[in-house]
Amino acid sequence: MNMDTTFLTLPNGAAAPIAELPVLPFADFRAQLIQAVTQNGLRVSSFFATPASNRPGDFELIAVLADDRAHLLRLAASRVSKSYLALSADCPAFHWFEREIAEVTGLICENHPWPKPIRFTQPTTGAAGVLPGVTDYLRIADEAAHEVAVGPVHAGVIEPGHFRFQCLGEEVIFLEISLGYQHRGIEKMLVGGPDVRSAQLIECAAGDTSIASAWCYARLQAALSPACQASPAAELWRGIALELERSANHTGDLGALAGDVAFLPTQSFCGRIRGEYLNMTAALCGNRFGRGYVLPGGLRYLADNKKIADLQTWRKRVHADLTNALDLLFDTPSVLDRFENTGVLAPADAAAVGIVGVAGRASGLNNDIRLSHPYGPYTDRPLSLCAEGAGDVLARAMVRRRELDASNQWLNEALNAGTELSADEQASALSSHHSPAGGLAPSMIAVSLQEAWRGELCHVALTDSHGRFRHYKIVDPSFHNWYGLALALRGEQISHFPICNKSFNLSYCGHDL
Amino acid sequence: MYKALKARLFQGHRTGRFPAVAPTLPDHFQGRPQLQAGPCPKDCSACEDICPTKAVKVSANGPQIDTGRCLFCGKCAAVCPRQAIAFGPEYRLAAFTREQLVAGASAAAWAPPTAGNVQCRDFCGQSLKIRQVSAGGCAACELDFNVLGTLAWDMGRFGIQVVASPRHADCILVTGPVTRNMLLALRKTHDAMPRPAWVIACGACAISGGVFTDSPETHGGLEAIFKPDLYIPGCPPHPTTILEGLLRLMGRS
Repeated sequence: MNMDTTFLTLPNGAAAPIAELPVLPFADFRAQLIQAVTQNGLRVSSFFATPASNRPGDFELIAVLADDRAHLLRLAASRVSKSYLALSADCPAFHWFEREIAEVTGLICENHPWPKPIRFTQPTTGAAGVLPGVTDYLRIADEAAHEVAVGPVHAGVIEPGHFRFQCLGEEVIFLEISLGYQHRGIEKMLVGGPDVRSAQLIECAAGDTSIASAWCYARLQAALSPACQASPAAELWRGIALELERSANHTGDLGALAGDVAFLPTQSFCGRIRGEYLNMTAALCGNRFGRGYVLPGGLRYLADNKKIADLQTWRKRVHADLTNALDLLFDTPSVLDRFENTGVLAPADAAAVGIVGVAGRASGLNNDIRLSHPYGPYTDRPLSLCAEGAGDVLARAMVRRRELDASNQWLNEALNAGTELSADEQASALSSHHSPAGGLAPSMIAVSLQEAWRGELCHVALTDSHGRFRHYKIVDPSFHNWYGLALALRGEQISHFPICNKSFNLSYCGHDL
Repeated sequence: MYKALKARLFQGHRTGRFPAVAPTLPDHFQGRPQLQAGPCPKDCSACEDICPTKAVKVSANGPQIDTGRCLFCGKCAAVCPRQAIAFGPEYRLAAFTREQLVAGASAAAWAPPTAGNVQCRDFCGQSLKIRQVSAGGCAACELDFNVLGTLAWDMGRFGIQVVASPRHADCILVTGPVTRNMLLALRKTHDAMPRPAWVIACGACAISGGVFTDSPETHGGLEAIFKPDLYIPGCPPHPTTILEGLLRLMGRS
């Protein structure tokens, strides 16, 4: 297959006229995508349907595949109406995307192995309303089997979701995860933008991923408007904010994992240390989640050398505390006994369903967008890849621990680089784009990828003839990974669910949008 | 065992001293708006136009900000030609009525209201059991409420505790704009609580729908469903803002 003629090829954070997107006959489209994913090792970053502009009732399917080895994105499209032969039947990596497509558009994905809604959105057709979580679940036809239903409201301070376990005794034979309770309709609200609330909507897609989301959006706007280009200094500081976000969340996750195996010292220490990273983010912009820091074109605030020096000292002190807390965790046999061989997600399964990020790297998938599709400060300042292979809770914990060290080292170098910027370079980082940028290039398709702390975050935008968003598609890393959690539970004790769940720590709102 | 003790000594005692000592807030902290009185330039509506949530209104006496809608993004302050808007260091944002959340130009300094629900104060002054319900938020409010349970804040000091079952709860603390898909679960949780049951709206979404106000997928906050006894503004509110609000609800500050 010649990738360059079949697909529109773009680097990360670029745009092209929609007219250049190849619209293939459906049979070709289907065959090429399946071949690219199953034979050539490409991954599905995004796959969605948008109403065809000239034929009411028809839809255009658009696929964005990540070609990690070539460091490029491959895009293709095809036109369908009413129904089409599901790709999932031959390539499981499409299955969740096709369930979404069917739910959003009403298209029928023929031969889809498990065609059910993923968010339980209300039908726009005026048909009877749907109730969230009310659907057919896979059941075991055996009197010895029993079913456990959990949620949507869980026992702790956590987002809502519904889990349905099919068990034989203590053993989970099958788990289904039913989401949609957090659905706010973000993608629909973005259509017609950018407007005054677009940036805030993006940041609120998943609150713990605010920096990655805002940066993804800023780079997408930069691809569509020269006015939104950011200087290298701005990109450096965005990277610093993203690594702080990653550090805060990884620290919190390791503490929560310690808590789930009743190892209270590290749980307590990490609970506090996570807050230190959030407070460092707040030192940059006033908000612990980095809200409003990353603007199209640059940053909201600059940091002077005094602040950078303070951050360096602070970072060193916090990393010493963190190392102490984590050494204790990974040096405790009763903890390792619980982590090891628990919730195994086999590498082959992880690859087949398209797992990304921390969970993917724990299952031996060498995929990190900062390395495979480098952007901004990661281009000339690469991090080391932190991959394990066992795919168990321990591997997911180890990936986080190693990434904390890698981020710490990166932050050290990046903060030093921050002090070496000239006054002009510093000033170039500031953005005055408090108002929506507007004036985006018309009739374009733009793609932007980020390595958010959970994994790959993908934004795709299509602009109309006036430079307004005609379609905005967000694929949060959790969209890829919820099914990985379901797979990891198969054959596991049900009492291991909390620790398995925590080892993935996926976002409900990022999935539900 | 020795390793754990050694680590414990290394980590030290880290619980903050709030409320005895005021919190250390970051430089760019965006607290309660400070608004300059006086007429705005004719036809100027820059602050209204840029607000993502229609929280700002230009009145005859300068701008007014509804902190129940405000995301504290500060964009209105950045665009105001007469610099009549600033977001100060005041973190005590919680209030007991919707009207108290509206900030206007006033000569008097903001004094956080103390007259909350008397019955709640009498019942829960020493012990407040909270069932948190996330109803469509972005999880930031949940996260910054959750940190109050860590050793850095240790809200257990004040008798505040998160409980798993609504049967054990004095109040529910709701986050998120209440999505259509969470309405039933939220109602059932509330129904399952023993009476009296109090309601806390935490964050702009729970108070007014926040940035999701106009979405047909949400109910635009809690107001139309249950009347909250405590409103905690912010997107998300700072942990100190949440804790300070809870203490005031309990009549402890």
